[in-house]
Amino acid sequence: MNSNTIAVAMSGGVDSSTVAAMLRAEGSNVIGLTMQLWNQRRLAGREGMPESVQGRCCSLDDVYDARRVAETIGIPYYVVNHEDRFERDVVRPFVQEYLSGRTPIPCSLCNNHLKFDQLIAIAQQIGADAVATGHYARVEFDESRDRWLLKRPTDRSKDQTYFLFGLTQEQLSRTLFPLGGMTKPEVRALARRYGLALAEKPDSQEICFVPGGDYKKFLDAYLSEQGDSLPDTAGELVTTDGRVIGEHGGIHNFTVGQRKGLGVATGSPLYVLQIKGDKHQVVVGEQENLYSRTLLTRRTNLISTDELREPTRVSVKIRHRHEPAAATIEKTGADEIVVMFDEPQRAVTPGQAAVFYDDDIVVGGGWIT
Amino acid sequence: MRRVYLDNNATTPVLPEVLEAMRPYFGERFGNASSIHHHGQETRAAVERARESVAALLGCRPAEVVFTSGGTEGDNLAIFGLVRPGDHVISSTIEHHAVLNSCKHLQEKGIDVTYVPVDGRGLVDPDDVRRALRPNTQLVTIMMANNETGVLQPIEEIGKICAEADVYFHTDAVQAASKVPIRVKQIGCDLLSISGHKFHAPQGVGALFVRKGTTLEPRFFGGSHERSRRAGTENVPGIVGLGKAAELALKGFETREDREIAALRDRLEAAILHRVEAAEVNGKGAPRVPNTSNIYFDYIEGEPLIISLDLKGLAVSTGAACSSGAIEPSHVLTAMGLRPDRARASIRFSLGKQNTGDDVDFAIELVPASVARLRELSPLYNKNATQAV
Repeated sequence: MNSNTIAVAMSGGVDSSTVAAMLRAEGSNVIGLTMQLWNQRRLAGREGMPESVQGRCCSLDDVYDARRVAETIGIPYYVVNHEDRFERDVVRPFVQEYLSGRTPIPCSLCNNHLKFDQLIAIAQQIGADAVATGHYARVEFDESRDRWLLKRPTDRSKDQTYFLFGLTQEQLSRTLFPLGGMTKPEVRALARRYGLALAEKPDSQEICFVPGGDYKKFLDAYLSEQGDSLPDTAGELVTTDGRVIGEHGGIHNFTVGQRKGLGVATGSPLYVLQIKGDKHQVVVGEQENLYSRTLLTRRTNLISTDELREPTRVSVKIRHRHEPAAATIEKTGADEIVVMFDEPQRAVTPGQAAVFYDDDIVVGGGWIT
Repeated sequence: MRRVYLDNNATTPVLPEVLEAMRPYFGERFGNASSIHHHGQETRAAVERARESVAALLGCRPAEVVFTSGGTEGDNLAIFGLVRPGDHVISSTIEHHAVLNSCKHLQEKGIDVTYVPVDGRGLVDPDDVRRALRPNTQLVTIMMANNETGVLQPIEEIGKICAEADVYFHTDAVQAASKVPIRVKQIGCDLLSISGHKFHAPQGVGALFVRKGTTLEPRFFGGSHERSRRAGTENVPGIVGLGKAAELALKGFETREDREIAALRDRLEAAILHRVEAAEVNGKGAPRVPNTSNIYFDYIEGEPLIISLDLKGLAVSTGAACSSGAIEPSHVLTAMGLRPDRARASIRFSLGKQNTGDDVDFAIELVPASVARLRELSPLYNKNATQAV
């Protein structure tokens, strides 16, 4: 293997397929890899899950598409099995988070533990120096800081840096995001030019292992498969001053900011403000109470700097579709950072990530507590 | 790039003689074997000649041979053709999925299935089969040779137990055919399935031996082909290829080709074990078919080893793959009590008639170097090495 061997993580979609074709056309030795992460048939038909397999993750159709691309562009292609790791590092924490009243983002866990950990490891093992993916993000080395930087892509509408905040320097040094400077229409045009049959394939959006995005059914089905059932977390709906105004069927049905499905009728609309997992309580209140000025992150990862030595001005994104808001961040513990927004932000949701930006540079990010 | 294929338990190349024998049946000899006219007579004769060749390979009467589409169909026809609600079935934990998943399906339909275990060498204990017998046991289905390890099961003893108990005995001999002699009378089986592509016939053809007098409900309904046991126009070119491959297999036993393959396999195995520390044969100490060697390499994962070897031109496998092509944890090695990390670190080498000493040398050079590279990257190995120092 020469020094220019690149493993491309191929999902069977347009983006990663185009990456493989681009790198191949540039003359790299390209090896296509698809991670088999979840067996969609596992929970089919259980506890109201669809009988037919509709999910996007690791479906045979996607593997077939990736295989066809590999054949078209003439690269070796392998499916690698990481089902055990995925279940341990992504699915179980996903379930656990919901059961504790938080709203998890499995894509970030998957990026940290599977895509940029296992994939880089297997790439090295099979003689590839770097891994390339179809993520919309940029990675570059900054001489002055002596650090690898993660940056927002040219196509801001496709920005996936929010899900990539956990990447370490070691991982970034072995990662390529060839689509960082391109727009989606440009990628599709390129896919057509390379003669890829899937150039018009629609984008996938939902959480890949949860068919139709129905996470409640997924929780039921997964727990029943494990010989378990949803723990009874039914409890009270309370107001901010502790007044009980109703009951609910389980905390996993709620997420901060939610308005529908509360089951109580009052004069003004009520929103979920907080979920108290230990007391099985869901705190509700007026829209104005939904705003908060500060939040705390744990398991924080810094990218553009190795240490936050002083309070730093950044803009912060608290969910994937959130316009970054101006804030000051300050280190308060080993991997703990406090975020103080200039303006109060709506529905700060435990379990989601807060990602810090300095213009288009990702400073770092952590999990909202 | 030079490519060497040592995955013959997955499938084998069609031998030139087999291809030659089949060729006319894709062209000028195109008749339907059921037709009354000259064209039909011509292909009917070819099918029956092939039946005789397969019967000779198995040591049975031609009338006891049913042509199928392969091993999976043979296994399904045997199992579902015999078992009825209320019956009990005995199988083993190391069967091929064609048998294992058929048995699971029976269980879903409410039929009791007992899976006898294997020991550390991968061998079924015939006494376990005897102990598992019940008054309503209808069928015992235990393979002749395991596809992953090549371990040969004590099927003659199991055959005796079944005969004494008067229960049907089916054996999946897909991985045994042409590797070791098969004599159905000696085995004492009532049904035995083989698959053409495992011994140099094409994919998509196989045969099931059904002892005369065995009542078997067909799986396909239609015409009265194959004595009403398997409806559907015969795959004549495939059947002719199977017949030719059976002839060549029998001839191979006369010229001791099996010994040559065993010598190559033994050389490969000895050289790899000599050059690689912390590696061992799975199924060591058990009788094995002459072409198969399944070896675990401590401190590494089998998946990157297989990919690395393939990128350098050597095709081997683990023996278990799911529909996407990803590697599955081996139920066979797990059933043998192998540690999970060793099961994941196991590679199967399987030789065919086309392999040469050069092929084996290629593997002997490549495998130890690739294992060493992976071990360098393995934190487990480095930790262990540091401790040793």
